[in-house]
Amino acid sequence: MESTNAYLSPWRRVWLYALLVIVLFFLVAPVLVVVPMSFSASNYLEFPPSEWSFRWYETFFGSVEWLHATRTSLTVAGLTTLLATPLGVAAAAALSRSRVTTAQILKGVFLLPQVVPVIILGIGVFFLYIRLGLVNSLPGIVLAHTALALPFVVVTTLSGLKSFDHNLEIAAQSLGAHPIRAFLGITLPRIKLSVLAGALFAFITSLDEVVISLFIAGGDNTLLTRKMFMSLRDQLDPTIAAVSSILIVMSIVGVVIFMVAAGTGKGERRS
Amino acid sequence: MSLQLNARLLTALETRGKAELALMVLPSLMIVALVIAPAIWLGVLSFSVDGAPSLAHYQRMIDNSSYAAIFLTTFQLAGLVTVITVVVGYPTTYAITLLPPRLSALALACVAIPFWTSLLVRTYAWMVILQRNGILNGWLLDAGLIERPLRMSNSFFGTTVGMVHIMLPFFIFPLYASMRSIDGNLTRAAHGLGATPTRAFLDVFLPLSKQGLIAGALLTFVLCLGFYVTPQLLGGGNVTTLSIKIQQNVIVYADWGAASALAVVLVVIVGLMLLASRLLGGRGAD
Repeated sequence: MESTNAYLSPWRRVWLYALLVIVLFFLVAPVLVVVPMSFSASNYLEFPPSEWSFRWYETFFGSVEWLHATRTSLTVAGLTTLLATPLGVAAAAALSRSRVTTAQILKGVFLLPQVVPVIILGIGVFFLYIRLGLVNSLPGIVLAHTALALPFVVVTTLSGLKSFDHNLEIAAQSLGAHPIRAFLGITLPRIKLSVLAGALFAFITSLDEVVISLFIAGGDNTLLTRKMFMSLRDQLDPTIAAVSSILIVMSIVGVVIFMVAAGTGKGERRS
Repeated sequence: MSLQLNARLLTALETRGKAELALMVLPSLMIVALVIAPAIWLGVLSFSVDGAPSLAHYQRMIDNSSYAAIFLTTFQLAGLVTVITVVVGYPTTYAITLLPPRLSALALACVAIPFWTSLLVRTYAWMVILQRNGILNGWLLDAGLIERPLRMSNSFFGTTVGMVHIMLPFFIFPLYASMRSIDGNLTRAAHGLGATPTRAFLDVFLPLSKQGLIAGALLTFVLCLGFYVTPQLLGGGNVTTLSIKIQQNVIVYADWGAASALAVVLVVIVGLMLLASRLLGGRGAD
């Protein structure tokens, strides 16, 4: 690939790289703005802040409401991951074996929540939950988030299974292993990374979900995103900068944990 | 011994069929109960008023001019965001493929950062950057480029900026993968045969990356049609998209029929677009 650029005129290369730098700056700018601003001492949003302080973090950690919403969000995201990961892996495992046409249709069904505009999922779930009395309930929120996260687990697991030799599993079964044992003992360790990636996606999907939560995650189970959305609509409270920075750190931690796990996973595979 | 093994192999293959079914039950039940069933229920609801069959909800979309404005806004927004994303994203992706490995990894990391950042966090950042006494207006005023602060947030402009920011990584990542898979020897061969860099690009590289480009553009457009959060927060009440109207119909007016009719129209449009992307772009939009 590198040698293609040998044929670009220098002028054109400058033009391309200039655009690249501008676009990359545009892409990272919001993160670069939010984090410094969360340490501002001012009541107003100024950038760069003229004075620094932890006051917005103090406001956040001193607020029962913000802390409760954060706890609820983490609980929901955790439970969603615990539910969506096994369900998604099971669906992917079944999909990868079934006959081509059935698998195609069923795959379409499992991927549906990713394709349908989220507002439609939102009103659908809301409509259903009103009748079931699940609005603003923890199980209701977790179930809805699980449906939304399922496609991510299915897609990542399927991609892992693509490079897996199914004969290994059949061999285990023909030697007397129960199908579930054969899957857990032989297949799962070999697609661990893909499953882990799916779990990470599920966690972040739930943590980041706004629209469905606006309909079904209020009251005592108000999620962080819903609370953020509400306060953003009313005023630009600098506490949100602190909340945002905490969320940025959380997703970085998530990605780093995954990369570390991926690193050790690779090591195990090699040994 | 071999007979026994054979028998076991047969039962293994047989139980696979049952195991498949068992594995699928729970996840498919979930999608059916939470996604498909309510959607069908709402779809049926959209064709009735007070329990009697009626097309009133669809008739209203045609009669009431505010609905035409909502459709127009939604399509203009999706169209504009798609055009900007493609025009900016394509050369950017191309530039990333030209970088040496270390720099291209760094560039991809920069693309990934917003991808992993919460949607609300990014929207908040744009609100802060674009608002009347925000960062961008401050810089422009200091630089003497403008005399009065520009109105950038609470507008179509702000919404467009926020949405382009969200869509760029979605567009760049798959396109990068598809550009990387293009054999560099082909452009080199074109050059060796006397083509100018422009011609080599237009005649060889562009057609080869066209599928990824079209699939990405269609996907961007489809995803843009369903946006709710960004137009709500960066549009500040001045940008009413289909999704916002659906939400208003449910929450403000408790008019499920009207909301469902709009939802049906949105699903049909999205479905047709996805079908088109499948036909045009192959499997790229998966």
